[in-house]
Amino acid sequence: VTPFENLITRNWGKPGSHTLDGYRKNGGYKALERALQMQPQEIIDAVKKSNLRGRGGAGFPTGLKWSFVPKDSPKPKYVAVNGDESEPGTFKDRYILEYDPHMMLEGIAIACYALGAHAAYVYLRGEFKHPAAVTDAAIGEAYAAGILGKKLMGKDFPLDVYLVRGAGAYICGEETALLESLEGKKGWPRLKPPFPAVVGLFGAPTVVNNVETLASVPHIFEMGPERYAALGPEKSGGTRLVCLSGTVNRPGVYEIPMSVTARELIYSEQYGQGMPEGRTVKAVIPGGSSAPVMTAEELDVPLEFEALKNIQNMAGSGGVIVMDDSTCLVRCLWRVARFYAEESCGQCTPCREGTPWQTRILRKIEEGRGEPGDIEILLNVVQSIAPFPPIGLGNTICALGDAAALPTHSFVTKFRGEFEEHIRLGRCPHGDRPWGHFGTGGFE
Amino acid sequence: VSPSAYEARAMAEALFTPDEQKKFDQDLAEILTHYPPERKSAAMLPALRLVQTMKGWIPPDGLSLVAQRLETTRERAYEVATFYVMFHTKKPGKYTIDVCTNLSCSLRGAESMLRYLEQKLGIPAGEFNEHVYLRETECLASCGTAPCLQVNEDHHESLTRQKLDALLETLK
Repeated sequence: VTPFENLITRNWGKPGSHTLDGYRKNGGYKALERALQMQPQEIIDAVKKSNLRGRGGAGFPTGLKWSFVPKDSPKPKYVAVNGDESEPGTFKDRYILEYDPHMMLEGIAIACYALGAHAAYVYLRGEFKHPAAVTDAAIGEAYAAGILGKKLMGKDFPLDVYLVRGAGAYICGEETALLESLEGKKGWPRLKPPFPAVVGLFGAPTVVNNVETLASVPHIFEMGPERYAALGPEKSGGTRLVCLSGTVNRPGVYEIPMSVTARELIYSEQYGQGMPEGRTVKAVIPGGSSAPVMTAEELDVPLEFEALKNIQNMAGSGGVIVMDDSTCLVRCLWRVARFYAEESCGQCTPCREGTPWQTRILRKIEEGRGEPGDIEILLNVVQSIAPFPPIGLGNTICALGDAAALPTHSFVTKFRGEFEEHIRLGRCPHGDRPWGHFGTGGFE
Repeated sequence: VSPSAYEARAMAEALFTPDEQKKFDQDLAEILTHYPPERKSAAMLPALRLVQTMKGWIPPDGLSLVAQRLETTRERAYEVATFYVMFHTKKPGKYTIDVCTNLSCSLRGAESMLRYLEQKLGIPAGEFNEHVYLRETECLASCGTAPCLQVNEDHHESLTRQKLDALLETLK
């Protein structure tokens, strides 16, 4: 077993980690140098061999995604970087952009060279004003140092990297909505196929990768794909970032080997440092609010793609949200449901109509107006957005419909008693303290 | 100032002067170099942001200007301007306060913080006056440092009553 070392977070907290000097001092851009000695196809093969999987949510194998780009297309090719980080509970890409944007830029340069793309667009959510400013400065440094521009680190390969800020829309994290937004339109997802690798930005072959995914790429070439793959289990190479939030002593972003379980993340001294005095875990969302909820009995699962898939869950975007025993789960689910109703783009009927409908039912139950039969109607509504099982085959163009249905289905199935109690009592059992231990934040 | 007078004044100030148009065109010209020449309308988001940065919102005159320069329709500009929550198609107060009340933040007191803000500012969430526009917003990707909010896109995190009071003092 390879001893664990931080890869993506290794420069965080060091002085000047966000600058080119700081990055180079810690060995930066050596991986790009190495990759530029290789043939593009060799690079794609190495990424395949590394077992790197997408860190944005879907966990798709990165090398395979790259290999879908047609080699013989007469059109230009593009790389689009997904920095729309908006999945509730997820805040890792923010720190990569603020602390080490060059790591991502190095990954972008390697990807573009491998794919024959001469332009990359870094799409950051509009609210990332400061992360965007840091990244913009890093891009400027890379141009000035001759890493980007007419020549890619001296190699006869022009590469331009452009920063684009969104303007507030969760849906633009969906890869085809992101492309629409980059084309200057509202973020309405496209019907797939064709996939972006064939018809993407401006109708040309495009690879869309998450910020963390691209920041992982240099490490494959620094340590070699075999060693990178060996860091993780069989089907997912490397390390990953998880974002811990909610009722836990030490929230934050942690880089973990993929053998770390939800329980270890919450309780280990190295990570979450346990629950506040007297509190126990009631429920945990393991991969952003779109992932099904887990009970306290399910915490011994590693926070890794296949292991979570095996318990009908998902690693998602790495957003781990902890809810303690003093929290009202009906209230939690109502808030999550409101999010999807707000962010539904309105293109597909099941999602546009279903997401507000489930929100209204949940509000009714939480406010003590629930009636027998409401839970059945609720399950029926989400069943109409995305039939389950299985996960991810909904009645909508994109996965937002599934994402809205999965939390509801799992909360109601696993904690049905709480919903029934609300209806039976005609009120929330938590009274005016639905948010539990830290719920007032000292503002009352 | 009455709401109608406020609006009338906002509309009068919203017209682009020749100098402002010149500034807009200069900045837009740089942005357009990022896109293929036949894809001018791809610059819609940055162009609208440019208008909002200059004017504090996107007035009707701004929509027309953007549409005209990007060689597309005003309807298309309006569609985009109204799809994204950060674009203001009505003139908001001087300070737009976006409070995240999503799950992780509410587990750390965000809803109580919002009530506190409503009380201190004397305005319900979702409404605005000349001074301030208070709204609930969705996850700001700052869940580990909850609760958090943004004032005119500047991020503030790990908020306590004390920190928030100090912040409000600066919004004059």
